[in-house]
Amino acid sequence: MERAITAEGLTKRYGSLTALDSVSFAVGRGELFGLIGPDGAGKSTLFRLLTTLLAPDAGHAEVDGFDTVKDYRAIRRRVGYMPGCFSLYPDLSVEENLDFFAALFGVRVRDNYDLIAPIYRQIAPFRTRRAGRLSGGMKQKLALCCALIHRPSVLFLDEPTTGVDAVSRNEFWEMLDDLRQRGITTLVSTPYMDEAGRCDRIALINAARILGIDSPKGIVARFDEPLYALSGERMYELLLAARQSPGVRECYTFGETHHLIAEAGFDPDTFIGTLAGKGFRQVALHPIGAGIEDVFMKLMHHGE
Amino acid sequence: MLRVLLEKEFLQFLRNPFLPRMALIFPVMVMLVFPWVTTMDVRHIGVAVVDNDRTETSRRLISKIGASDYYTLQEVTDDFAGALDALESCAADVVLEIPDGFEEGLSSDNPKKASISANGVNATKGSLGTQYLQQTLMATLVELQAERGAAPAPETIVVQNRYNPTLEYRNYMIPALMIMLLITLGGFLPALNLVNEKETGTIEQINVTPVSRLSFTLAKLVLYWIIGFVVLTLALLLAWIVYGLVPVGAAGAIYLASMLFVLVMSGFGVIVANYSSTILQAIFVMFFFVMIFILMSGLLTPIASMPSWAQCITYFLPPRYFIEIMRAVYLKGATLRDLWYDYAALALFAAVFNTAAALTYKKQL
Repeated sequence: MERAITAEGLTKRYGSLTALDSVSFAVGRGELFGLIGPDGAGKSTLFRLLTTLLAPDAGHAEVDGFDTVKDYRAIRRRVGYMPGCFSLYPDLSVEENLDFFAALFGVRVRDNYDLIAPIYRQIAPFRTRRAGRLSGGMKQKLALCCALIHRPSVLFLDEPTTGVDAVSRNEFWEMLDDLRQRGITTLVSTPYMDEAGRCDRIALINAARILGIDSPKGIVARFDEPLYALSGERMYELLLAARQSPGVRECYTFGETHHLIAEAGFDPDTFIGTLAGKGFRQVALHPIGAGIEDVFMKLMHHGE
Repeated sequence: MLRVLLEKEFLQFLRNPFLPRMALIFPVMVMLVFPWVTTMDVRHIGVAVVDNDRTETSRRLISKIGASDYYTLQEVTDDFAGALDALESCAADVVLEIPDGFEEGLSSDNPKKASISANGVNATKGSLGTQYLQQTLMATLVELQAERGAAPAPETIVVQNRYNPTLEYRNYMIPALMIMLLITLGGFLPALNLVNEKETGTIEQINVTPVSRLSFTLAKLVLYWIIGFVVLTLALLLAWIVYGLVPVGAAGAIYLASMLFVLVMSGFGVIVANYSSTILQAIFVMFFFVMIFILMSGLLTPIASMPSWAQCITYFLPPRYFIEIMRAVYLKGATLRDLWYDYAALALFAAVFNTAAALTYKKQL
């Protein structure tokens, strides 16, 4: 597979803080690659290194075959970048922003209109409105149009769906899907685990390190222990009691239920019986398949 | 590329709810109000006279003081202690004491001395008040002698003020006020504009484009260059319409110097912006330098009366050269040839500052 992005041992320090600790990964051409990790994991630093805004302290990276330090000029011509915070001109209108960024790359909007058409159509009714007065979802769509207007070969999207409502998030991912079909390589970061399943491959990143890289299914398949969803009354006391029960390796809150990782020889009926003896009634325990967040929790603990 | 960037800068400037108005109101305000208030002409000096003589001479002196616009006669008394109280309570700035037998003493070999006590807290007012009073005193005595038939002393000194014949302080200050305008607008606006791009994060997006740092910086410089041109024209027109002051020298010489100077200032503003991450920081640093520029480059006080170490520093302050040009062209009608040294200095500063501005703008964070 031809590689669009390669990173080898990328390290970046800010004073005594290590923002990225020898990160290596590769993204194939045409791939939709997700960086999944909590705030402060080092995602934005990685984006700034790859988009030539920062120089690494160690390691090196290539984008589209160009070195991010030596050939930064070539990279700036052929990538599209959407920074983590909204960074278009709020006092220019939707149209003016798009025209401006097209002109910076020496292209005309109509030349590449086919690429942005499905997205731009949604914000076209507001084209004379100032970008600063758009809603969060609209802003992201405009930013994506501006990042795409010069038909980049690699697209970098730093947390494009943060602070955007659920419907707009879904629409946004559909657009990324569409772009993948047009052969554009995309590196996208998100703190939302539920979005990871929409990528071709994902890298789980935490505390400046990559925990694992695989397809979403492959990542989930790494979870090879019996997992149960636990629910009942008095959830917090239930959590504490479950953690002390025999045969339970780990129990943690997961949305409305608790997730419970069992050791070998764990018997659900005995477990419920034990809890009933402690006064917990209506306890429900179902075996479930692991999600990406479960894998993330496991790898995180494993790492420590 | 530059055209695109310029279009964007103009669009943003004109669309700003505040900046275009500011660029118009500021020069109007400065030219209409400040020439009246930034005057170092000392007038209306409060005088208390202690008249112990009570003769024709002392009465003539008092009526002269009362008639002059330079003084305000606060009180005439025979109580020196009371007059000193007036000095202390700031009702009077200067106390003139005419001793008993003053008139009589004038024609004797042993004249009585009149004494002047001045309040030194406001040093300018005190010293000028003393000088004015001495002159008035001498003039009155000469006048009285002439009336009594004594031969008037021959006039030995003729004073003629060249270039500003009436010593009108406004004419001296108006070119300086234009300079203050260009210092503030030309320096602050580009700095704030650039730091604003940092604060809103737009610069991060711009940096991942093929735009060169030179054209990005240049677009901002050109915008403020044009604004400087408009503001200066407005100021020149106001000086002519309101105060009837037109440059004796060529307007072209003024424009050339101004355009060089705005380049210097905006280059300087861009350097400050390159090292500032917030608008607050940029304003504070700019303010620090603007204070130095205004107080140390001869705008308000003559450089020649500064201590020699301070005079050395002024050679590194670009406004110094601009002020020399403006006053010389405006009041004396000096030409480019007379002032080539100042123009060359400004051009040098413009080249150095703008090169530094382009170099210190980093596209990598």
